[in-house]
This record gives sequence, C-alpha cells and structure tokens, in this order.
Amino acid sequence: MIAETSRPVFRVAGRRRVKDRAFTVFLWACAIMAMIPLAFITFYVVSRGYRALSVSFFTKVPAGPLDPQAGGIAQAFIGSGLIVGLAALFSIPLGISTAVYLAEYGRGRFAGAVRLVAEVLLSTPSIVAGAFIWAVVVIAMKRFSALAGALSLTVLMWPVIARATEEVLRLVPQELREAALALGVPRWKVIVRVVVPTAGAGIVTAVMLAVARGLGETAPILLTALGNDFINTNPLQPTDAVPLRVYAYARTPVEALHSFAWGGALMLLVTVLVLSIGARALSSRQQKRIA
Amino acid sequence: MASTEDPPGRTTGAPLQGRSRLGDRLFAGWTGAIALGLIVLLAGLLVVLSAGGWRVFRAFGPGFFVGTDWNPVGGRESFGALPFIFGTLVTSAIAVVLAGPIAVGLALLLNEVRGWIRNPLASFVDLLAAIPSVVYGLWGLFVLKPLFDRTIEPALQATLGKVPVLGAVFRGNVNGPDLFTAGVILAVMILPIVTAVSREVVAVVPRDLREAALAVGATRYEAIRMAVLPYARSGIVGATMLGLGRALGETIAVSMVVGNVPKIGTSVFEAGATIPSWIASSFREATSVGLHRSALLALAVVLVMLAFVLAVASRLLVRRTERLLAGRTVERPATSVVAL
Repeated sequence: MIAETSRPVFRVAGRRRVKDRAFTVFLWACAIMAMIPLAFITFYVVSRGYRALSVSFFTKVPAGPLDPQAGGIAQAFIGSGLIVGLAALFSIPLGISTAVYLAEYGRGRFAGAVRLVAEVLLSTPSIVAGAFIWAVVVIAMKRFSALAGALSLTVLMWPVIARATEEVLRLVPQELREAALALGVPRWKVIVRVVVPTAGAGIVTAVMLAVARGLGETAPILLTALGNDFINTNPLQPTDAVPLRVYAYARTPVEALHSFAWGGALMLLVTVLVLSIGARALSSRQQKRIA
Repeated sequence: MASTEDPPGRTTGAPLQGRSRLGDRLFAGWTGAIALGLIVLLAGLLVVLSAGGWRVFRAFGPGFFVGTDWNPVGGRESFGALPFIFGTLVTSAIAVVLAGPIAVGLALLLNEVRGWIRNPLASFVDLLAAIPSVVYGLWGLFVLKPLFDRTIEPALQATLGKVPVLGAVFRGNVNGPDLFTAGVILAVMILPIVTAVSREVVAVVPRDLREAALAVGATRYEAIRMAVLPYARSGIVGATMLGLGRALGETIAVSMVVGNVPKIGTSVFEAGATIPSWIASSFREATSVGLHRSALLALAVVLVMLAFVLAVASRLLVRRTERLLAGRTVERPATSVVAL
C-alpha cells in the first residue's frame, strides 16, 4: 500500500483509535472556537450599528446635550479622511522607495539592518508611535493636530508598505529586467518603467493594507489628533476621527450616543473589511498572473 | 520572510555611459537615503522616548519599576510602574494561555485538511486581524462584559474558585471591569498572528517525515505528535511570544474594559490597568509642570523594551526552526498578510 494519502494506512483500534479521534475533534473545535468571535462581533456591530445610520449621522456635527440624537458625526468622517489621507501621502512614497531600494539594490549589512528595523517597527505597539509623536510634535507645537496624527500613522504605515512592496517586487521575473537592460535602458528607468508597473497590483495591495490599518488605529491618533466636535480641515488644528468618536461615545453614560458609537463601528468595520478583502483578492489574482 | 539571497535586480553588465550612469547613481542614492530614513526613524523614536523618560528614571531609579504608588499631584509626586507592569503581564498571560492552544490546533488543522474548506478557514482567521481595536473594545464593553459578569465569571468562580491554591485567583466580586475580560479580548485579537506564524512553522516540517510515520502505521495524531511537533516546537514557542508582544501593546480595546485603576489585586476579576491603557487614559492631564509627562514617556520606554525583546526572541526561534529544516522544505504557504 502506498502512503500517498494522509490518512492512516492500517486499521487501528482501541486506545490509539480513541486518541486519534479525540485529537481530530480537538482540531475542529479549535476552528469553531476561532470562528465564534468573528461571527459574534459582526452580528452585534451590524445589528446595532445600522439603526444609527441616517442622513444626519453622515451630514451633521454632534448636537447639544438636550437632543443628542439630532446630531451626527460628519466631522469624524472628514477628519479620518484628512488624517489618513495625509498619512498615505507621506507613507506611500517613503514605503515604495524603501522597498525599491531593498529589492533592487539592497545587499549586505545595510540592507539587512533596514529589514531588521522595518520588522522591529512592525512589532512596535501603536501607542508607542503615538507617544513618540506626542513628545516630538504635539508638545513642541503646543497643540494637537491632524498633522501630528498623520505623522504617528506614518510611523506605522511606512514599514508595512515597505515590507509588503518588497515582497511583490521580488516576484517580478528576472527576465523582464534583463530584457530591458539588454535594450540599453538605464537601471533606474527599468525599475520605474518596467519593474514597478509589473508589480502594480501588488503595490496597490500593500497600500490598501496599510490604509486599512491606519483607518482603524485609535491609540496613536488619540495622543496626537485628540478629537474635535466640529468640522476641521486645517491640518494644524485638533481633528476628530471615526475611531476616536467611537471610543468617546462608548464611554459616555448617554444611551443615545452609544447607538452612534455602534454606527461608527459599523462604518469602520465595513471599510476595513472591504479594503482587506479587496487587497486579498487583488493579490491572489496578481500571483496567478505572474505564475 | 527571510530574504538573504541576492536581489534579483543585480546584474553585472557593460558599464553604462554618461547621463544614464549619473541617473542610476542618483536613483540608488535617493532610495538608499529613504531606506536610511527608516533607521533614523527608529533611532529617533528610541532617543526621544528615553530622553523624555530620563528625568523620572533619574529621580526614582529602580524604584520606578518596583514602586506601587502613582501620584502626579505636585509636591507629593510619586511614580511607580509596578501596577501597570503587573496588569500588562496578567492580561497578556491570560491571552496567550487561551489563544495559544487554539492557534496551534488551527495551524495543525490548516496543515492537515485538503479541499475547499482550507482557504476560507484561513481567510476568516486573518479577517479577525483586520477588525479595528476600538470595535473589539466596543463589543467587549457592551456585549462581552455583561455576559461575563452575569454568566461566565460566576460559573468560573463556582468551579475553578473551589480549587485550593489556584482558586484565590478567581475570588472576589465578578461585577465591574476586570483583567479577565481584557485578557479574553486580547486572546481573540492575537489569535490570527499566532495562527499565521505557527502555520508557517508547521508547514516547513518535511512532509516525508510525517508520511514515514503514517507508513509504519501511526495514526494521524501519532504522526503529528512524533514527526511534526518536535520539529515545530521552538517555532511555535516563537509564534506565541510574538502574540504575547502584540498583546502587551494593545491599547484601546483593553482600556475600555479593564477599568484603568492602578492597583495590584489578587484576583483576575478585579479591575486594573496596563501600561498602554494608562498612557492613553492619563496623557491629557500631563502638563509641562513636574514629572508627569516624563513618567508617561518612561512607561512607553518600558513597553518598547518588552515588545522589542519579545519580537527579537520570537524571530530567532522561528528562524531557528526554519534553518533547522532548511533545504528540506517541500511546501510553504505564502507569507500571510497578518504576519507582516
């Protein structure tokens, strides 16, 4: 009999059989245990969140304490866009340049050090990035601001984009580079015109993952952007964001505002899941195309 | 994730002339400078936090790490980080104890099963990593906490609480915010990363070893226990440490259910505070007067150190497993996005 199957070849009985069965049950139980929270969270966020969604939820700023339900959290959506938009503006060029260096030129100790630093930054707790920008920018400027929030997110997003982009640049077939070089095209032009466009979808994936992470972060922007009850588009003023609003409303004793917190959580969850699932679909398509 | 081989783009050809060569040098220099920027960023972060915390380290010395009193009131200032270190370690330990076995079981399962169920299962676990911290916190506060207060914690008290020595950990009032609820939420949050890294480690164990065990009549359980786990052990420990590192730094979800009370209790059903939750809940009161700001930055230094030590140790353990099996690799899953 050939052991090409992953099932046991011989019939076993008694205690060994029982142990094997028990182990299989344990493995599937682990899978079910892991699925429960995802289902549980999605159910509650959707069922409680959708009730908060109304036109004023998206278009108005918080109303006074007398009638909290008349307000909305428009300032949080605009603020999130401002902070994460600025952070993307900083971290996309930085991350892609770092990745190009690591994948195309990087070699030896220096590149090893850069990779190690990127990994260390990836495992840095997000509140540490917040505390760093709080100490450098907020205390120095004597004010909380959207800019400081964007900088704290840049600390987190730059290494994500750098490492993820490096991996996709490495997937670009060597023959493409050689063909272009053989035509006499300078290296930098080969990278800009051939390598990066070929890896395009993969780079977009990396950026989507980083943006999804930035949108959901609360701790770093709490320490740097603080929050605001009004619409603010000035990068140098305190600014609200959806996660900050959810955090603030969850902790008030006002029942009506709890519903707004669930509404904000629903919007966050939908955006982040769409970005992650989209990134996943895009990257598997890209891998199929290159392979 | 190791990438020590030569970059694919490097080829040695005829020297290029004139402007192209200058363009190449400028381009390489420019991207290299930005890569250097990443190192500068980390160095800057460490210097700024250490310099900020320095005044407190100088004023309190080792007492900062073992002191239990935290009082920012001018004139009676006293900063001891022990309650926060305690809360951080207790909640993270609960998370690892609960998530570790499930993650390893899941990694083994994903390595065993074939067919349509595998990819959706792996994707669903990864989706847990995408859920924002504040959403976990909201769910923990309004759904999990009431459930725990009414049902799960009394049940634990009635069963585990009766055990002689261990029981003391489960005594006390089950109502209100507590370390246990925070630990359970952290367990869910670190599950994806521990699963992803364990899976990577389990996958590099050569298939022939397993199949040899099956061929001589081992059951699937015996094959896993004797031919897979011994090789994957240090990597699995590494994966768990990586999860521990993530749990230590989690801020918002913990802060919403843990109570933020700087005390060291004897029971996991008591309120507490962790280093990140305390920084997040008290930075607003920290003014330029006195040492309060410096004390919070010193807490951040402690957190960074804990996280870095764990990250490096876990990387080394995972690498060791991979190197141990280098050259025998049969099939490796693509690096999961959550493992980044």
